[in-house]
Amino acid sequence: MAAASNVIVIGGSWGGIQASLTILKNLPANYSIPIILVLHRLRTTEGNLQEVFGKRLALKAVEIEEKEALLPGYVYLAPANYHVLIEKDHTFSLDDSELENYSRPSIDVTFTSAAEVFKDRTIGILLSGASKDGSSGLKYIFEKRGTAIVQDPEEAEIDTMPLAAIHSIPGCSVLNLEQIQAFLLSLHDH
Amino acid sequence: MKLNNDALFEQDVEALIREIHAQYGYDFSGYARASVYRRIKRFLSQKHLNSLDDLRKGLFSDSFFFENFLQEVTVNVTEMFRDPTFFLSLRTNVLPILSTYPFIKIWDAGCSTGEELFSLAILLKEEGLLDRTKIYATDINQKVLKQAKEGIFSATNMPAYTSGYYAAGGKQEFSSYYRSNYGSAKFDSSLVKNVVIYPHNLATDSSFNEFHLILCRNVLIYFNRELQERVFRLFDESMVSLGYLGLGKKETLAMSGISSNYNLVDKSNRIYRKAN
Repeated sequence: MAAASNVIVIGGSWGGIQASLTILKNLPANYSIPIILVLHRLRTTEGNLQEVFGKRLALKAVEIEEKEALLPGYVYLAPANYHVLIEKDHTFSLDDSELENYSRPSIDVTFTSAAEVFKDRTIGILLSGASKDGSSGLKYIFEKRGTAIVQDPEEAEIDTMPLAAIHSIPGCSVLNLEQIQAFLLSLHDH
Repeated sequence: MKLNNDALFEQDVEALIREIHAQYGYDFSGYARASVYRRIKRFLSQKHLNSLDDLRKGLFSDSFFFENFLQEVTVNVTEMFRDPTFFLSLRTNVLPILSTYPFIKIWDAGCSTGEELFSLAILLKEEGLLDRTKIYATDINQKVLKQAKEGIFSATNMPAYTSGYYAAGGKQEFSSYYRSNYGSAKFDSSLVKNVVIYPHNLATDSSFNEFHLILCRNVLIYFNRELQERVFRLFDESMVSLGYLGLGKKETLAMSGISSNYNLVDKSNRIYRKAN
């Protein structure tokens, strides 16, 4: 399969699971852009996020394995207790270094890494959350002329994460979940 | 074509990796690049260095500065009983088999600051195997090796380590293994009396003994496929038949050339056993 030309990276914490399910549920199984999802979770729980997403999406939901290649049609879930990085050959690297913003996986780490590889072809989406993680990564995407989208804080279950991003990136797009969903569908290359 | 900043940075890092190899003998050419770039950028900002050129000057004029760099670029984040189910599985699936040997040899490869080493030693002690086990603990980094055998860890981590210990099937009071002192916990040094510690570089050094169990957890994630393959072959050469290999939760032998000679003992905890 041909390497993807762009990538969608989504981050969230409190309220992020529900919000990401909402924006992804209508995407077709052959959706043309790989999607990476970084959600904070309790360090001690061995989450079954893969099952939660697998049941509700047409896309295939998988927990990221190191060296795995990014492919369209997949939602890649960041594993608990590892940061997720992307290599230039569009494969994943995992990293168990220090927590960033009290988090591992950290949204900042993956957003920054995605923008280093995919540059202006990076689409970053920051959802509901009670943390400031993600802002500086989304800002980096914006600086690389990628697309920076923030969930409307009015609608977010917890608005800390969206507000922090809007504050640090005045030029970002603030959209509600319905608009984000429509935007993602509009990117699909039939 | 005009090189942008990212491409220049990457080119300069490649040159630096070659120089480090020539000057100090450490070979990072097989390290996964996304992490290397991130660690170097992090080090530059920690040290308030403006450019790779400033870093270069520091590295080649000051070997202490280089040691410091080495410690930061090779990730040394670790914890006791990381993934308690792994240690529980060692206790229930592996140690009972190892106990049939009169003498046990274990290699803890990439032992870092010793948290895993002490976790392992506690397990061996509780299963009655510590006195007839010799553990070889190695790391690329001499600085962390000095700490590895001291067993002094931050007291703030003890609550988390205590729950890890019990989740790993701990049989005693965890606090019986250490003494608290001014914000740190000093572990019983008799736990590591049969431990040999020395520097070993998985990227360049060769096999030095044969082992019944090799632990190498969350080290291979930092290597590219070629270097991973080198390390797997090194482990295979260093493994007795029917010996065990324990990897990190997200590491696998599946893509390796030696995989056909190994069976999965515990899939979710990535414990393998060499065939006869």
